[in-house]
Amino acid sequence: MSMDEKTIRKVARLANIEIADHDVERIGHELSGILNWVEQLGEVETENIEPLANVVNIELPLRKDEVTDGNCAEKVLANAPEETQGFFVVPKVVEQEG
Amino acid sequence: MDKLTHLTIEDALAGLKNKDFTATELTQAHIDAMEANRDLNAFIVETPEIALRQAAESDKRYAAGEARPLDGIPFANKDLFCTEGVQTTAASKILEGFVPRYESTVSAKLFADGAVMLGKANLDQFAMGSSNTTSAFGNVISPWKATDGKDLVPGGSSGGSAAAVAARMAMGATATDTGGSIRQPASFCGIVGIKPTYGRCSRWGVVAFASSLDTPGPLARTVKDNALLLASMAGHDPKDSTSANRDVPDFVSAITGDIKGLKIGIPKEFKLDGMPAEIEKLWEQGMAWLKEAGAEMVEISLPHTKYALPTYYIIAPAEASSNLARYDGVRYGHRSTESKTLDDMYKKTRAEGFGDEVKRRIMIGAYVLSAGYYDAYYIKAQKVRRLILQDFEKAYETVDAILTPTAPSGAFAIGENEDDPIKMYLNDVFTVTANLAGIPAMSVPAGLDANGLPLGLQILGRAWDEETVFKVGGVVETAAQFSAIPQAIMKKAA
Repeated sequence: MSMDEKTIRKVARLANIEIADHDVERIGHELSGILNWVEQLGEVETENIEPLANVVNIELPLRKDEVTDGNCAEKVLANAPEETQGFFVVPKVVEQEG
Repeated sequence: MDKLTHLTIEDALAGLKNKDFTATELTQAHIDAMEANRDLNAFIVETPEIALRQAAESDKRYAAGEARPLDGIPFANKDLFCTEGVQTTAASKILEGFVPRYESTVSAKLFADGAVMLGKANLDQFAMGSSNTTSAFGNVISPWKATDGKDLVPGGSSGGSAAAVAARMAMGATATDTGGSIRQPASFCGIVGIKPTYGRCSRWGVVAFASSLDTPGPLARTVKDNALLLASMAGHDPKDSTSANRDVPDFVSAITGDIKGLKIGIPKEFKLDGMPAEIEKLWEQGMAWLKEAGAEMVEISLPHTKYALPTYYIIAPAEASSNLARYDGVRYGHRSTESKTLDDMYKKTRAEGFGDEVKRRIMIGAYVLSAGYYDAYYIKAQKVRRLILQDFEKAYETVDAILTPTAPSGAFAIGENEDDPIKMYLNDVFTVTANLAGIPAMSVPAGLDANGLPLGLQILGRAWDEETVFKVGGVVETAAQFSAIPQAIMKKAA
């Protein structure tokens, strides 16, 4: 199959990656090539086969629900591109009326 | 001091104990080698001050008779392992300037055992690649040279780690293997590397690529040095829920040289059409060595081998697209300054920060996980993954280990295989099944190709049975007597 422009733009939106108009065709070509290649899995008979998510045959352990960490806001914020008064700063999301 | 950099870890530990030289001298020799080989671009950040401080502490412990298992051994730390106070980038612009406030479990364990960090080794961006040409900090150049003088790739993704060890800048290195990223560079660079069983080494503090496949492990120049490093790196970690609560076996003692009566599987599906004659010859040589040592070769079938790479290229990008969603320019790393709205900031930050191969895989992942395609791609791949695991489980009913070539060729020139992503992906055709099945696998240098470049043999074992892998790997190493040295350091020594 070949990916049309609409699909490529949708995938870029899902991936939250801006793509330039002049890259759409190249990306579409590359992604289509990979998808056509992986589609050979269609030949494999997988009726009644359980999907395998994790090879480690262990029960995921549970720990007590208690605080084991915290009081390290300074460490958490140390790498922030922008921070103030213990918060991460992002561009404004809610516009003021008027 | 030149000779100190050519020692094995085993011999260096003996020399340090015997006071033939100090940890500071050993470390300084490696710092000098690191500086002399900067043209290879094996390190993103060099940390000589940290190394010398750690070496001084090692010397104190040797003087006090309190030396730890790896005291004073200089190693390269793949820049995928978070290091407290030292920039960690995953070779991506999106993490440039990120200085973790915590230490990965694996590097913390190495430090606790006295190992000395020389710097953060270059790699393919987010460990996605087989050539170390996707790093935002430039290509790593192999210390090996083609007969025509062209610069070669060291393999990837652990290319900086492998180049550093092969060029005698480091005695060993940390690495990770998601589809072959320890074993293929080991093969290309003429060194030894083991991807242990999934769950043997903690992934805590390792920048995530594909969490159900990512496996930390060591690179070094001998099988025994790998055993010494893995012994330190392995073990249960409550901070990684997939880390196994099992005792770590004595890997060093497993290298007995005795493989009499062992059954070694030779998978017929690995005899690919068009396999280069020298790869086939090397494989046959490997079989002959093991037979001579008393093992029995058994032909086995792993019928789903040909579907391993397509399966991997659904599962790994799917997991990557989820894992890499965290890079949004809010909490750490790069933030685009070109945007006014939050949504725009996310999109531009990620467009500017990620390299092309990383974007490609995130988008493939987003596609195969999207509504309407999830069952056809992602669930289908997970089902085939189970069939691949079952192939191995069935094989291990009759054999103790499996022998294959590590890679379909020796190292190629920088720039080759770049025209089509799938061509590059095919490098991992022999290594990727071990990741999908979670089993241990090692690459041991076994010979040179027609161009004088190293080729490795791969030994795969049962889950949790690294000991047999080390045992068989040791026999291959002894039989191969691989002693070739990369041209880059021969030239510098002259």
